[in-house]
Amino acid sequence: MPEAANDAKTPPTDSHSGMTTTGHEWDGICELNTPLPAWWLYTFYACIVWAVGYWFVYPAWPLLTGYTHGAFGWQSRAAVVSDLAELGALRGPMNAKIASASLADIEKTPELLAFARAEGGAAFAINCAPCHGSGGQGSTGYPNLNADRWIWGGSLDEIATTIAHGARSQDDPKTHSSMMPSFGRDEILNADQISDVADYVRSLSGADTTNGVDLAKGKKVYSDNCAVCHGEDGKGSKQVGAPNLTTQVWLYGSTKADIAHRVDVGGGGTMPAWGAKLDAPTIKTLAVFVHSLGGGQ
Amino acid sequence: MTNFLAQDDEEFPEGALYASAKRIYPQTVDGFYRRLKWLILCLTLAVYYLLPFIRWNRGSAEPGQAVLVDLVNRKFYFFFIEIWPQEVYYLTGLLIIAAMALFLMNALAGRVWCGYLCPQTVWTDLFVLVERCVEGDRRERMRKDAGPWTAQRIREKMLKHTLWLIIAWWTGGAWVLYFADAPTLVLSLANFHAPAVAWIWIAILTFTTYVLAGVMREQVCLYMCPWPRIQAAMTDENALNVTYRLDRGEQRMSLKKAEATRARGESAGDCIDCGQCVAVCPTGVDIREGSQLGCIQCGLCIDACDNVMARIGRPLRLIAYDTEINIGNRRAGKPNEFKLIRPRTILYAFVIALVGGVMMDALVTRLDLGVSIIHDRNPMYVRTADGSIRNAYTIRIVNRLPTPRRFLISMEGLTNQRLDAIGLERQSDNVLIAEIGPDQTREARVTVTLPSNANVQASTNIQFRISDQGSGETVEAQDRFDGP
Repeated sequence: MPEAANDAKTPPTDSHSGMTTTGHEWDGICELNTPLPAWWLYTFYACIVWAVGYWFVYPAWPLLTGYTHGAFGWQSRAAVVSDLAELGALRGPMNAKIASASLADIEKTPELLAFARAEGGAAFAINCAPCHGSGGQGSTGYPNLNADRWIWGGSLDEIATTIAHGARSQDDPKTHSSMMPSFGRDEILNADQISDVADYVRSLSGADTTNGVDLAKGKKVYSDNCAVCHGEDGKGSKQVGAPNLTTQVWLYGSTKADIAHRVDVGGGGTMPAWGAKLDAPTIKTLAVFVHSLGGGQ
Repeated sequence: MTNFLAQDDEEFPEGALYASAKRIYPQTVDGFYRRLKWLILCLTLAVYYLLPFIRWNRGSAEPGQAVLVDLVNRKFYFFFIEIWPQEVYYLTGLLIIAAMALFLMNALAGRVWCGYLCPQTVWTDLFVLVERCVEGDRRERMRKDAGPWTAQRIREKMLKHTLWLIIAWWTGGAWVLYFADAPTLVLSLANFHAPAVAWIWIAILTFTTYVLAGVMREQVCLYMCPWPRIQAAMTDENALNVTYRLDRGEQRMSLKKAEATRARGESAGDCIDCGQCVAVCPTGVDIREGSQLGCIQCGLCIDACDNVMARIGRPLRLIAYDTEINIGNRRAGKPNEFKLIRPRTILYAFVIALVGGVMMDALVTRLDLGVSIIHDRNPMYVRTADGSIRNAYTIRIVNRLPTPRRFLISMEGLTNQRLDAIGLERQSDNVLIAEIGPDQTREARVTVTLPSNANVQASTNIQFRISDQGSGETVEAQDRFDGP
């Protein structure tokens, strides 16, 4: 039990330890007063003063029409710009090598290949993955870049061209612009003809066809309407972006209904022209990255 | 004899929530533990200052410094050991061993670390030595600090702080030498061509050394260091702690009174309350109040008390490394017992041996070839134009030798597979060749293709085999081949 204070100015003292108490008491248990070191308190004050410094050095206080700009006019936007410039300077020497080397040379030089795959991979994740998937696996309507069937060509240069100018992009005159007609919607073919040609197209890649169907009828429709772009043998043409129909890779699905729908509506996917947004070395690293996914030719 | 204790009696302003730190003026003392501390101080400082200058030949491609933290190339060199960033688990092991060694020291002989080895103790000892040389011993310093600011006092203070700053600067100066080639950096520091980061780090360490060892001293141990709190929870009645043998020391009384009491045939304590143990204490505690947070157990009070006991002709070691249990034993008339081998000391030693053994094993059997393989997860497999099934793997190979090497990459577990990788040479359908420069890592994206007529399971276990074409050193890695 604490001894009773003699007067209001002296705090009560604990008789056992001889220390003063805070005066707080619970069921006879008193809280001893163990003073903190004074420097601790001064350090705390110093931190407050230090914090006040931020008001004057950095943008801090909102005003009616703006805000206080701080002594040195620091801006987070400017910090980003300078960080980007620093990054650019860091990558500068390697990017210069990438810019001057041919795409084939980049793949042959281990140092450049490693850099291109790293930088191209990062650029892919930001720009391409939303449509083509994080691993370039694609989905219906968006090509799988790991596979080896290419609509606009799968060589390094062809991939680089497609990335730079896109497909059916409205703001690039050099874009891949050809498009498949809407054979059904525009009443070029009737429903029976579309059914026949869909069966025939499936037969090109060795897929099953509807029982008892006469493939000759479909072949006739194909020769009259499709062969001009997809070729008599169905191998397609990368000049006009007509896919090879003899492979196991299908962009819009391989069922008869999928194929018939595509003949009905025609058209094709669009891809932005990245040359307008990304610099030349980045386009090159992207081309190398996509080419190295496994399907490059 | 002057009663030093009275002067050191703690007096807080009553009721104050904050109290100014009381200045401590440790007195010089000579004895076994003081000499031991000087010896350890010399050894540890010598290691700290000289280690960066020791050379170690690793060939022309590698740095020739025995101990080096190479931040730019992300490698750590320690004599014959070279640690890559992915082997940072060695550091984890080292930290476990360090913690266990600390616990073991504590279970055996209390705060050995605090009293003898901690940098805070070593540098504070050094700074106090400088203080003593410039301003004199305890009583002189107390007299001068209490007196007016004379020209001599100002001169001495300036000299002391200058010497402190020089030592602090060298502390920071030695620190940066662990991060760059030491002789080159010393030269560039001397002609002011050193990089800014070196100067900044020297400045930071100069400041911390000066403040911590010169100004803060025991405040670091009392208020900033977590170890005293943890240690208090970990010590036990069998641990050898610096102990005032109160069974022998009490009742305290003056020498004359004690002699008179003994002459009457009554028992008198050996402690004559001279306060020497408090005067020499670097943290200002009174060991006679028992084991406490402020006591770093440096043993200087043992030396001080022994000197007094020798002078008054009483047995030495009134204060000694002793245990709680022995105080009770002696009071009960039983002999002293020292149980250094106890379950907890055995456990700590076992853990140290175990972790050390595992690390040694990892180090000795460490390959000069490192391989990591990641199977593509997105997509798991690809059907190619002709209906073949293809899986892709990112293979990373580390060549830890200072010479270029050629590695053969092959795969087992499937038939008729074909391996492809852009940038690698081909030996056969199933064997690719990767050439990797000295101390370099190379990453390759390897695709494995099974022909369309193959019977592909949803998942097949396979093995990659990476082997050095020259030495035959081989690493095998398990993986899988996925299909529809």
